[in-house]
Amino acid sequence: MNAKKLTLGGMGAAVFATLFTAVPVAAQENYMFLPSLVYRTGAYAPNGVPFANGYADYIALVNARGGVNGIKIKLTECETGYKTDVGVECYEKLKNEGPAGATVFNPLSTGITYQLIEKTWVDKVPVHSMGYGRTAAADGRVFKWTFNFPTSYWSQASAVIKYIGAQEGGMDKLKGKKITHVYHNSAYGKEANPTLKILAKKFGFKLNLLPVDHPGQEQKATWLQVRRIKPDWIFMSGWGVMNQVAIKEAAAINFPMEKFIGNWWSSTESDVVPAGDSAIGYKGTAFHGAGANWPVFDAIKKEVYGAGKGAGPIEGVGEVLYNRGLINTVYTTEAMRTAMAKFGNKALSGEEVRWGLENLNLTAARLDELGLGGFANPIKISCRDHETNGPVRIQQWDGKKWVVVSDWITPMADVVRPMIEKAAMAYAKEKKVPVRKCDGTD
Amino acid sequence: MFYREAGQFKTGYAADQAIFPILQDRLFVIAVLAFAFVVVPLTANDYWFQAILTPFLVYALTALGLNILTGYAGQISLGTGGFMAVGAYSFYKLTTGFPEMNLIVAFLIAGCFSAAVGVVFGLPSLRIKGFYLAVATLAAQFFLVWLFNKVGWFYNYNPSGTIDAPPREMFGVLVTGAAAKPAVKYLAALSMLTVFALLTKNLVRSAVGRSWMAIRDMDIAAEIIGIRPLRTKLLAFAISSFVVGIAGAELFALHLGSVETIAFDVTLSFNILFMIIIGGLGSVMGSIMGAAFLVLMPIALTNLLVGGFGMQATSAKHLEFMVLGALIIFFLIVEPHGLARLWQIAKDKLRLWPFPH
Amino acid sequence: MGTVYDFIVLPLIDIVEYPLFFIEVVIGGLSAGVMYSLVALGFVLIFKASGVFNFAQGVLALFAALTLVGIMDWGIPAPLAILATAGVMVALAIAIERLMLRPLVNQDQIILFMSTLGLAYFLEGLGDTLWGSNVKRLDLGIPEKSFEFQGILLNQFELVAAGTAAVMVTVLAVFFHRTRVGRALRAVADDHQAALSVGIPLKSIWIIVWSVAGLVALVAGIMWGTKSGVQFSLSLIALKALPVLILGGFTSVPGAIVGGLIIGVGEKVAEVYWGPALGGAIEGWFAYMLALVFLMFRPQGLFGDVIIERV
Repeated sequence: MNAKKLTLGGMGAAVFATLFTAVPVAAQENYMFLPSLVYRTGAYAPNGVPFANGYADYIALVNARGGVNGIKIKLTECETGYKTDVGVECYEKLKNEGPAGATVFNPLSTGITYQLIEKTWVDKVPVHSMGYGRTAAADGRVFKWTFNFPTSYWSQASAVIKYIGAQEGGMDKLKGKKITHVYHNSAYGKEANPTLKILAKKFGFKLNLLPVDHPGQEQKATWLQVRRIKPDWIFMSGWGVMNQVAIKEAAAINFPMEKFIGNWWSSTESDVVPAGDSAIGYKGTAFHGAGANWPVFDAIKKEVYGAGKGAGPIEGVGEVLYNRGLINTVYTTEAMRTAMAKFGNKALSGEEVRWGLENLNLTAARLDELGLGGFANPIKISCRDHETNGPVRIQQWDGKKWVVVSDWITPMADVVRPMIEKAAMAYAKEKKVPVRKCDGTD
Repeated sequence: MFYREAGQFKTGYAADQAIFPILQDRLFVIAVLAFAFVVVPLTANDYWFQAILTPFLVYALTALGLNILTGYAGQISLGTGGFMAVGAYSFYKLTTGFPEMNLIVAFLIAGCFSAAVGVVFGLPSLRIKGFYLAVATLAAQFFLVWLFNKVGWFYNYNPSGTIDAPPREMFGVLVTGAAAKPAVKYLAALSMLTVFALLTKNLVRSAVGRSWMAIRDMDIAAEIIGIRPLRTKLLAFAISSFVVGIAGAELFALHLGSVETIAFDVTLSFNILFMIIIGGLGSVMGSIMGAAFLVLMPIALTNLLVGGFGMQATSAKHLEFMVLGALIIFFLIVEPHGLARLWQIAKDKLRLWPFPH
Repeated sequence: MGTVYDFIVLPLIDIVEYPLFFIEVVIGGLSAGVMYSLVALGFVLIFKASGVFNFAQGVLALFAALTLVGIMDWGIPAPLAILATAGVMVALAIAIERLMLRPLVNQDQIILFMSTLGLAYFLEGLGDTLWGSNVKRLDLGIPEKSFEFQGILLNQFELVAAGTAAVMVTVLAVFFHRTRVGRALRAVADDHQAALSVGIPLKSIWIIVWSVAGLVALVAGIMWGTKSGVQFSLSLIALKALPVLILGGFTSVPGAIVGGLIIGVGEKVAEVYWGPALGGAIEGWFAYMLALVFLMFRPQGLFGDVIIERV
C-alpha cells in the first residue's frame, strides 16, 4: 500500500459519499409517484415476485391507457428482501419522490407495516396494508393514515370458523370439535390467535395453538402433535417455506386435505406445487378471484405483454399472488380516481390520496367496467372503518389450479369489530394519538 | 509532513497516559467529532439520518460491544442478537412502566439487565472455547428470542407481540417515538457512541483490558501469571453485554421504533460478528469501520446500480450480493487484520510522506 | 405455563401410557436427526480437512439443488443431471481454492470463516441470477408414501434419507481413516505449513475436500429440496446443523451422525411432551441447550479430537 493507493482510496471514498445522494428526477410532465416495496430476493421471494409482477403490470396497463384521468403513474420498485430495516430505508428514500411526493405505500410485510404506521402521522403519506399488518388499523378514528381493507386477519379467522361450522352442518355442531391453528411464530402468525380464542369460547370448540418457528423447514414435532391431537380441522397462518413443508407433512400423516385450510398467505401456487399430488384438496381463503378468466387479464396480456412491457413471465398472469398484486393496484388507482373528483385531475399528494382511500366506493358496476366483475367484492370505505370486515371465499387446489368452492362468507363483525376498537383505543392512549370524531371535520 | 510527532515531548504523567498522545491525532478526532456533532445535523436530510446515519451509529455501538468480548477477550459470541433483545425489551418495559423515568437512566438500566443475562450465558466460556463457544452462545440467542416472543408480559400483552417505542422526552426534547426529530435521534446515538468509544479506549488500556488480552492470547499462560479466568471472562461478558444491550435499546428506540423479535434473530448476531472481523478485531476504530462497511456498502451498491446504471431493483440486488461477497473476500486477502489495520498502515505511511526513505 | 405437576409428572405418565406414540416421536426425531446430519457432514468435512468453519455450507446446498433443478428443466434425465451438477460442484471447488483459499493460506481460523461469508453472499447472488428465485419442485422419484408398521406410522422418504446418510457416513469414514488422501487431509487440518513442508500438496487436498463437501451439499440439497421445494430458504438449513456439530464434535464424521440423532430425538421429545406446557416452539433453543449440556462434560464434543493445550 503506497501513497498513490491511498489517494485512490480517498477518491474512492468521495465517490462513495456521492452514492448516497438521491439522484434527482429529471423535470417531467405531470405524473404521480407510486413506490413499490418488493422482495424478489431472499427467503420469501417466491411469494414476493408474483405479487410485484401483478402490481407492476396493472399500473403498466393503466399507463398504457393514458393513466388515471390522464395523469400517468411512475412506479419505482425498491427491493426490501422482506427485511424491516431495508424497508425503512426504501421508505425514507422514496417518500418524497415525484412532483407531489409518494402517493401511498403498500409495504407487503407486517414488520415493515408496523414501522411505517408510526411514521404516517409525521410524513402524511398513507399506508395501505391490504389484508396484513396491524389489524387494529381498521379503526380509522385512530389510524387516520392507515388502511387495511378489504379484510383483516381477525375477520378472516371468524369467516373460516363460519365456513367450518357450515361444513359441519351448523354453528351449533362446532361444540366439542377440535380445531388446530398452526401458525408462523411471529407477529403476523399470532394475529389470528385472540380471535380464535374468543370464538372457541363462544362456540365451544377445542382450540390448539401450534407455533412453527421461522423459517419452518422442519416441522416434525408439530405434525406429531397434530397426529396426537387428531383435530377435525386445521387452520394455518404460514408464510414461505413453512407452507410447503406443512402440506407435505400433513400428507405424510394422512391428514384429510379438504379439512386443512390455509389463510390467504398460505394458499398460493408456490405453496402447493412443491408438494405435488399430495396437495390436492388443500383449501385456502382468498378475497379475490383465482385464475385469469376476466377481461382485464386479456387486456394485460395484449396491451402490456404484447408491447413487451410485462414484469414477469406471461404464464404467471392469473396466479393467486399475481392477482393479489393486481387488486391492490386496482384499489390504489380507484382511490386516486376518487380523490381526483375532489382535488382535480393533477398529480396527487399522499394527503389527497388518503382522502381518496377513505372515500373509496368501488361498486359492482365499476368492477364490471374495469373488467373485473365478480373478481372482488364491492367495497365502501368510511372514516370510521378502514377495513370493512370484508367477506372471503374458500378456494381449493385441484392439482392444477385454485378453484373457488364457496360463496362470499361474511365475517362475524359483531365479534371482530369490538376487538378492533378496543385495540385501537389502547394504542391511541399509549401513543397519545388524537381520536377523530368522523363527523366530516377531521 | 503534517503527521509528525517529532518535537512533541511528554513532560508529565498525564501526557504520557493520554488516549491520543500525538497532537495531530487529537486534532483529527476533535475535527471528526465537531463535524459529526455540528455540521452533519445542520446539513443532512431525513433520508441520511434515518436510513444511513442512525443505523450506522447503532450498529457501530453494537460492534464495539462485541469487540470488547471477541476482539479483546477472545471469546467468540453469536448471542449478540439475544443480548440486544434483552436491552430493547428492558427499555420498553422501563419506559412504559415508568413514563417519568429519565431516558439515560432507562438506557443504563436496560444495559445492566443485558449485562446480567450476559454473565449467565458467559458461564460456559470457562469450559468451552473457540467455535464450540460460538455455537454454544447461540443457545442464548435462540432462548432469549423465544422468551420475548412467548411471554406476554414483555410486550405488555398486545395481540401481535410487537413493541412500539413510546414517545419520551429528555430536556424537553422528544427523543424516542415516531414524532421525534431524526436529527435528535441521530445526536442521541452519536453521543452514546462517542462516550462508549472513549470509555472502551480507556478500559482496554487498563489492568482489566490487559488481563483480557492475556486471556485472549493464551488463557493457560494468563492463568499461570495470576489472572483469574473466571472473573476476567465474566467481566468481559458483562461489559460487552452491557454495551450491546444499550445498543439493542437504541436499535429499538432510536432506529426502528417498532420491533418484533425477528428483528433480533440470528442473522443479526452473525452480521455484528462479521462487522468486527472485517473492521478489525481488538480495535475501537475497527468496530466503527466494520459497521460502516456492512451498513453503508449494500446501500451504496444499490444506489449505484439502480440510480447510477438504471438497473432493475431485483437484478441489482443479485449483483449487489455478488459484489459484496467478492469485496469481502478481496479485503480479507489484501488485509486479513481488517480495515483498522489498513488505517494503521496509512498512518505509518503518512508519517514519512512525502519522503518515504 | 403449567404447574410443576403438569410439567414434570404428566409428560412422563403420558409416555408410559402411550408407548406406541412415544416410539413414533422417537422415530420422527431420528428421521429429523438424519436430515440434520446430512448438512452437518459438509461442515465436518471442511473443518476436519482445512480448519475452516464453512458458513457457506447451506448456500452450497442451495446452489447445488438449484443447479440440479435448472439442468433437469432442460429435459436432461435425473441421473445425468446429478452427474452434471456434481461436475459443477467440483468446478466450484477448484475456483474456491484458486481464488479464495490459496491467497489466505495460514491465516487465522476466524479470517477463513469470514471469507466463507463472502462466498455465501456471492453464491446466493449467483444462484438467484442464474436460476431465478421462485420455488421449484424437485422430484427424483423418491417414494414419499407413509405406511403403518405394527401400528407405527413410517414414511418411505425418511427411510431413504436414513439409508443415504448411512452409506455416506460409511464411505466418508473409510475415506478419512483408511486411505492415503484421508491421512493427508487430517495432516492439513492440523497445520497447513507443517503439512506443506512434508510434501503434502495443499492445493489438490483443498480441491478434493471442497469437492467432497460440494457433493455432500448436493445430497443434502436433494433431500431437503424434495421436502420443501428448492428455494432460497434451503440455505438456512445450516442453522439446524450447528447444534449437531458442537454435540458431535467439529472433527468427527460419525459424530455428525450420532450428534444428529441425539439432537433430533431430544428436540422432538422435548417439543411434543414439554413444548405445550412452555407455550410451544421450544425445539429451536432446546437443541442448543442440549448440546451445551453435553459440552459441559466434553468441551470438544462427543467424538471431537481432544483439545490439548500447551503453554
